[in-house]
Amino acid sequence: MSIKMKNDEVIQNTVYDVYENYDESKSTVDEIILPERDKDKTPILEIKGLGIDFGGLTAVDEFTLSIGRTEIAGIIGPNGAGKTTIFNLLTKVYQPTRGTFLFDGVDTAGMTTTQISKMGIARTFQNIRLFDKLTVEENVKAAMHEEVNYGLFSGIFHGPKYRRQEKAAHEKALELLSIFDMQDMADYQASSLPYGAQRRLEIVRALATDPKVLLLDEPAAGMNPSETAELMNNIRKIRDTFGIAIILIEHDMSLVMNVCEGIAVLNFGRIIAKGNPEEIQNNPAVIEAYLGKKKEAK
Amino acid sequence: MKMKIKNGKLSPYTKNSIISYGIVIIAFVVVTVLNSMGAVSSSLQGQLVPICAYIIMAVSLNLVVGISGELSLGHAGFMSAGAFMGIVVSGMLESSGLPDGVRLAAAVICGAILAGILGFLIGIPVLRLRGDYLAIVTLAFGEIIKNIMNIVYAGVDSNGFHLRTNPDLGLEESGRMLLNGPMGATAVQRISTFTAGFILVLITLFIVQNIMNSRQGRAIMACRDNRIAAESIGLNVMRYKLMAFTVSAALAGMGGALFGLNYSTLLPIKFNFNTSVLILVFVVLGGLGNIWGSIIAATVLTILPEALRQFADYRMLAYAIVLILVMIFTYSPKIKMFTQGLREKVFKGKNKTPEPETEGGV
Amino acid sequence: MIFLTNLINGLSLGSVYAIIALGYTMVYGISKMLNFAHGDVIMVGAYISFCATSYLNLPAWVSVILAMIVCTALGILIEGLAYRPLRGTGSLAVLITAIGVSYFLQNAALIIWGSAPKVFTSVFSGFGSSISLFGGELTVTWEALFTLVAAIIIMIGMTLFTGRTKVGKAMRAVSEDNGAAQLMGINVNSTISMTFAIGSALAAIAGVLLCSSYPALMPTTGAMPGIKAFTAAVFGGIGSIPGAMLGGILIGVIEIFGRAYISSELSDAIVFGVLIIVLLVKPTGLLGKKITEKV
Repeated sequence: MSIKMKNDEVIQNTVYDVYENYDESKSTVDEIILPERDKDKTPILEIKGLGIDFGGLTAVDEFTLSIGRTEIAGIIGPNGAGKTTIFNLLTKVYQPTRGTFLFDGVDTAGMTTTQISKMGIARTFQNIRLFDKLTVEENVKAAMHEEVNYGLFSGIFHGPKYRRQEKAAHEKALELLSIFDMQDMADYQASSLPYGAQRRLEIVRALATDPKVLLLDEPAAGMNPSETAELMNNIRKIRDTFGIAIILIEHDMSLVMNVCEGIAVLNFGRIIAKGNPEEIQNNPAVIEAYLGKKKEAK
Repeated sequence: MKMKIKNGKLSPYTKNSIISYGIVIIAFVVVTVLNSMGAVSSSLQGQLVPICAYIIMAVSLNLVVGISGELSLGHAGFMSAGAFMGIVVSGMLESSGLPDGVRLAAAVICGAILAGILGFLIGIPVLRLRGDYLAIVTLAFGEIIKNIMNIVYAGVDSNGFHLRTNPDLGLEESGRMLLNGPMGATAVQRISTFTAGFILVLITLFIVQNIMNSRQGRAIMACRDNRIAAESIGLNVMRYKLMAFTVSAALAGMGGALFGLNYSTLLPIKFNFNTSVLILVFVVLGGLGNIWGSIIAATVLTILPEALRQFADYRMLAYAIVLILVMIFTYSPKIKMFTQGLREKVFKGKNKTPEPETEGGV
Repeated sequence: MIFLTNLINGLSLGSVYAIIALGYTMVYGISKMLNFAHGDVIMVGAYISFCATSYLNLPAWVSVILAMIVCTALGILIEGLAYRPLRGTGSLAVLITAIGVSYFLQNAALIIWGSAPKVFTSVFSGFGSSISLFGGELTVTWEALFTLVAAIIIMIGMTLFTGRTKVGKAMRAVSEDNGAAQLMGINVNSTISMTFAIGSALAAIAGVLLCSSYPALMPTTGAMPGIKAFTAAVFGGIGSIPGAMLGGILIGVIEIFGRAYISSELSDAIVFGVLIIVLLVKPTGLLGKKITEKV
């Protein structure tokens, strides 16, 4: 990431230059940062002034952002900036104190996590949350509600509907696992997988819900550079194959800058900058948030 | 049975199912053959139906404790509901001239339905709680069911069925008291048989094991393993927990009816906290989620106190000590490490123990 | 006046539950286990006191101290032999072991003392039968009075002990975070032993008080009060010492009032019914801490 400057002098110059030309109104832009191909379509997610307080402490405030239908967006920011809280708000693990968001034009106020998932938002977790005692394949199949929807009666008697749907689910699960070359691990217990594979399995499981928006919470955490590079390709591949929007939280700047088309920077629960990777890299507020304030620069 | 073969190997569910059915069928055949040869002691003969009933109880409780991951301390309450419902139904049909098997079937079905409805109704509030709080509320419901059975009086005469909370039922001369408050049921016609018990055990295994290997079972286990992740993939956690709880209660009602119709008298106090705990002990000793483990634990622990009868008063003391020692030897981390080390020494060179699967370093 | 008599009886029974519940709640707080054998320690305490007064002709107060000493030793022994090997293996394994210990204590008592109920002589019998107030309209037994006083003293004592003393603070630290407490140099093993010791000593007192009011002493005497006290601990919010006191008193009062005004057969059902309603409104008990899971 270019914010990491070689020496102090450069930082001073950069900060100074950009600061002078900085357009105040842009820091709280409501404008949609959409990739070209999504410009004529309505955004899949319209987040409007989302905020949440935890016992007087404002964790996230005035979070406004729009996400295009096939956009890859990134949320970055220092530790404790409220990034994961935003994912928890988008999946209704927490109900927002203020604001709401529209999913595909539908207001989601008052919805539950389950309903949100059925509408088409899927996520992964920063601290991996797999179904440990289930096999890899079962983890994926558990997430398919469209393909597998037989009732309890079929579940007990294993009739023709059961057999047909289970067969389809088995095939789809292997297909999804093959994205990450994991089809050979289908019968392993999820908790026995190595760390990186567990992270990938979480992505596959999220995809199995047929989402329109995929939220990835630090997908590259704990991965080595070659794994990260592979993941980067896979994120693009997933977007292109499934035609879905992806929002990711990540600390690995090379991944964010390479893969994301729009980036929002969060600090102390507020958006301090929005834009494409280039804009973000040169944004003084971002530099300040990451490197601390340079008094002499002002 | 349709077998699923994957990569030339049986899926773990199919394998475990076959073991369960195998144990039950072989045990049934062996006992039946020995019985026809007169080689089964009368005390064991008397225990055959209770063993079947306890297997049903243990397998059904395993659905809640092992598969769904919720500690229930009130399973005997559902057994009680099933038992007394079964006794009432069987008693009402006594004069109908139906064969015993049909009456037993009707009793078992009605017992299962009543217990299932109770399980559903109790499950709605109970399953909103978590962990030990949930456990104590199931205990509370179990005790409430026991208490209520203590004040239920029922009888039948030519005017039909009478149900009151006091002994004054106003029955005709020819009428018959079916439930007598704290005295429970008396002069019950014993229509439960070992064969019926065997069939009901198979039905229980069929239902529980097929559910485990279905969409519903995956969902129930997913909710157990990680509630938040389960919600995030769109599973309605409450719905699946309630499903497991209700099915388990209905099966317990079935086991209760089988159990109740095996005795000529049955007191409501039989189904107290101790019985709930006894069934829980079967499940934990047999292994959480391990169905054939529950079958073996229920069988062995039902026979054991009888087998220890020669020790008279000391038998329950011995039972307690065995229970504590088994728990310590099965679960203690230190002993586990010790036995693992011992095994490695013994089998060194011959048969290398597989490396524990990597937890994945961070 | 009947109302007042019932209230005093309820408070007295509730005080016994509260003292037992304290033991439950402290043990739960520190080792996150449901110690189902706790109720049977009460029974052992009562038997020891019974033997000391009936067979050895010792004075009542000596018998109480003897019962406390035996139960303290028993508590430490149970924890060390049965529970310590299973520490950190999940609550279910320890729960079953506790049930095994409960069976053991009940059956050992059965062998030693037989199944026929012993008639326990109240340790307060030296004071006379009861106090008459309002010209005989209200009678309060000495047992009820002393039980209440004992509960109040124990509660104040325990609050001071956990709040002010080093050992008490160590207990709170271990309940809060076992690992962190260890890193701070607290001896977790001895702290847990200490908790069991105190809980069991309280159980001995509860046993003597209980049997002074309800004199039939059997090997199963402790079982139902144990379950009720456990209910009381959950009712008040398990892990909380004031919660155990509050829960115990409320359960006792509800039980006596239920028995007096609604139905003697259904008094237990009423107690458990109230528990269920309270937990549905406050899922972690009256004074329990709210648990939130971090995502």
